[in-house]
Amino acid sequence: MKILVTAKRVPNPEQKLKIAAGQIDLSAASWQVNTFDEYAVETALRLTEKGKGGERVGEVVVVSIGPKEVSQQLRGVLAMGADRALLVGAEDAALDADAVARILKAVVEREKPDLVVLGKQTVDGDSNQVGQVLAGLLGWPQATFLASIRAAADGKSATVTREVDAGVEEKRVRLPAVVTVDLRIIGKKAVRNDALAPEGAEWEETQRYASLKGIMAAKKKEIKELSLADLGVTAAPLMKVKAYEAPAGRKAGIKVASVEELVAKLHNEAKVI
Amino acid sequence: MGAVVVFCEVTDDGNAVRSASLPALAAAAELAKHQGGPVVAVVIGGAGLAGGAGADVAKYAARVLCYEGAALAAPLAETWAPQLADAVKRAGASALIGTATSTGKDVLPRAAALLGAGMASDVIGVLGAKEFRRPAYAGNALESVEVSGDVLVASVRQTAFAPMAAGAAGAVETVAVAAADALGAEHLGVRGTKSARPDLSDAKVVVSGGRGMKEAANFKILEELTDLMGGALGASRAAADAGMVPNALQVGQTGKVVAPQLYVAVAISGAIQHLAGMKGSKVIVAINKDPEAPIFQVADYGLVATWEQAIPQMIAEVKKVKANG
Repeated sequence: MKILVTAKRVPNPEQKLKIAAGQIDLSAASWQVNTFDEYAVETALRLTEKGKGGERVGEVVVVSIGPKEVSQQLRGVLAMGADRALLVGAEDAALDADAVARILKAVVEREKPDLVVLGKQTVDGDSNQVGQVLAGLLGWPQATFLASIRAAADGKSATVTREVDAGVEEKRVRLPAVVTVDLRIIGKKAVRNDALAPEGAEWEETQRYASLKGIMAAKKKEIKELSLADLGVTAAPLMKVKAYEAPAGRKAGIKVASVEELVAKLHNEAKVI
Repeated sequence: MGAVVVFCEVTDDGNAVRSASLPALAAAAELAKHQGGPVVAVVIGGAGLAGGAGADVAKYAARVLCYEGAALAAPLAETWAPQLADAVKRAGASALIGTATSTGKDVLPRAAALLGAGMASDVIGVLGAKEFRRPAYAGNALESVEVSGDVLVASVRQTAFAPMAAGAAGAVETVAVAAADALGAEHLGVRGTKSARPDLSDAKVVVSGGRGMKEAANFKILEELTDLMGGALGASRAAADAGMVPNALQVGQTGKVVAPQLYVAVAISGAIQHLAGMKGSKVIVAINKDPEAPIFQVADYGLVATWEQAIPQMIAEVKKVKANG
C-alpha cells in the first residue's frame, strides 16, 4: 500500500505564547511536528508493517508545506521510518485549510497514493478542516477522527472506528480514501493491515521515536522540494487571520481550607449550588 | 448579501432537532442581521423527516429545507455534504453555518470544498458579515478572522451561543432525494454510550475525574456527587485512557468542549489539552492533593485534598445545602 501522510510544523504547544499588538511572536518558538500528524505517521507506518519491528511492505511518503526550515522536521519523520519526503515551499500566511487542501490535492494527483492519512487537526490553527476539504476536492470517501483502522486483505477498503458525540461509530470506506486520526489511533491494536499483519498483532502504545539507526538511515533519504508552480497551484487563503489577542485571563482564584468552606462559597458567593 | 443556511442535526428518532444545533441557529440569526438575508434551516435524513424533525425545526426558522430519502438515512459526509451545497444554492445563500459537533466537524468542511468556500471553525463570536472570533492554540489565543468569497462556511462552538428560542412558524419544504452516491463509504453503526444524565455539552454542572481517581470503581463516588447536583460526568484523557470511564466522557482538545455554570475537577492535574476543553466554564473548582497542580491556576476555588477525603464530605455538605434550600 502506498500512503501519503502529512506533517505540519507547529510551535511547541507547551511554550507560552507571546501575543502583542495583534500578532503572535513566534521568533523564539521551538518547532516540532504537529502531534496529531505524528499519530498519522505512526498509523501510516503500522499499515505497512507485518508487526512490531517486522518487515515492511509498501511506501510511506510524507509531505509538508512551509518554509525551507521544515526539512528539519521532515528529517525527523524520515528517521521514524517514512520512506521519502516532499516539501512544498509556501509561507504560512498564504495558507488556510482551503489552500493547504488544494496543494495536497495536486500532490495526491502526482503521487497517486492508496490512502492519505492526516492528523485530525493542527495544534496551532485548531481548524480541523484539511482532511475533509481534501476528500471533498478529490471526490474521495473520508473517515475522520479515527480511533482505529483496519485495512482489508485485498487492499480495496478499510474499516475504521471514530469517536463521535453519541459513542463509537464504525464505518467502511473504499480505497483510495482520506482519513484523519485522533489520539487513540496509537493504541496497541488500533492499526492493522490485514494483508500484512496477523490477527492480534500489537505495537507499542505510543508514536515511535527515531532510533539511532533510523536517524542514520534518514540522512540518505530524499526530501524533494517542490514549488507551488511545480504543482500548478496558487495559494490564496479564503480565511485570513486579521488579529490575535490573548484570551481574557481568569480572575485569580482562592484556595479554600475545607470542604465546608468550599460548599458555602459555591452556595452563597458563586450561587451555583 | 444572501440567506444564511443552518445545518440542523436531528435526534436519533428523527422527530426533533438536536439541542446541539440550537446555538448554531442563534449564531445564524446574529449573522443574518449583518448579512441582511433570511435564515434557512436544513435537515437531512431518511424518508418521513419533514413531518418529524422538519416540523420541529420550523419553530426556530422561517424556512426549512428538508432533504429526505432512504439514501440519506445514514449519516455520511459523502452523501450529506452535497445536500448542504445544494441547499446553499437553492436558498441563494451567502453563508452556511452549523455546530461544531462530531457530525458538523465531519460534514461542514466537505461542504465548503464542494462550494469552493473558505471556512472558520469553532466560532465563538460573530464580529461582522464575514468576520468571526475563534480560539486557536488550544484556546491560548483568540483570532479575529475574515472569510472572503461569495459563500462562507462556519462551525460554531456549542457553548458560545445561547440556544435559539422557539417562536417561529416556518414553512417546511421537502426535497426528495432519490439517490445519493456514497462513493463506496458505508455507515456500519454506532455503539452508543447512553446515559440518563444530561449531555456533557449542555449540562449546567460537570464533575470530572482524572488520573488520581486510580480505578473505574472510584468513579462511583463522583457519580453520586454528579447526580446530587443534576450534572454530567466528565473525565480527563488520562482517566479515559486508563479505561476508568468511556472515552465519550473525555473533556478537552480531544473530546468534548464544555462550559457549564460549575465545573468540578477532581484529581485532574490540568494539562493544556484538558484546559482547552473547560476553561470557558463560569465557576471552576479544583480538588487535588498536589498544591502545585496547574489546574489551580484556572480554578476559582481550589482545595488541596485527596478525593478520598474531600468527595464524601462534599456530598454531605451539598446535601445539607439542598435540604436547607
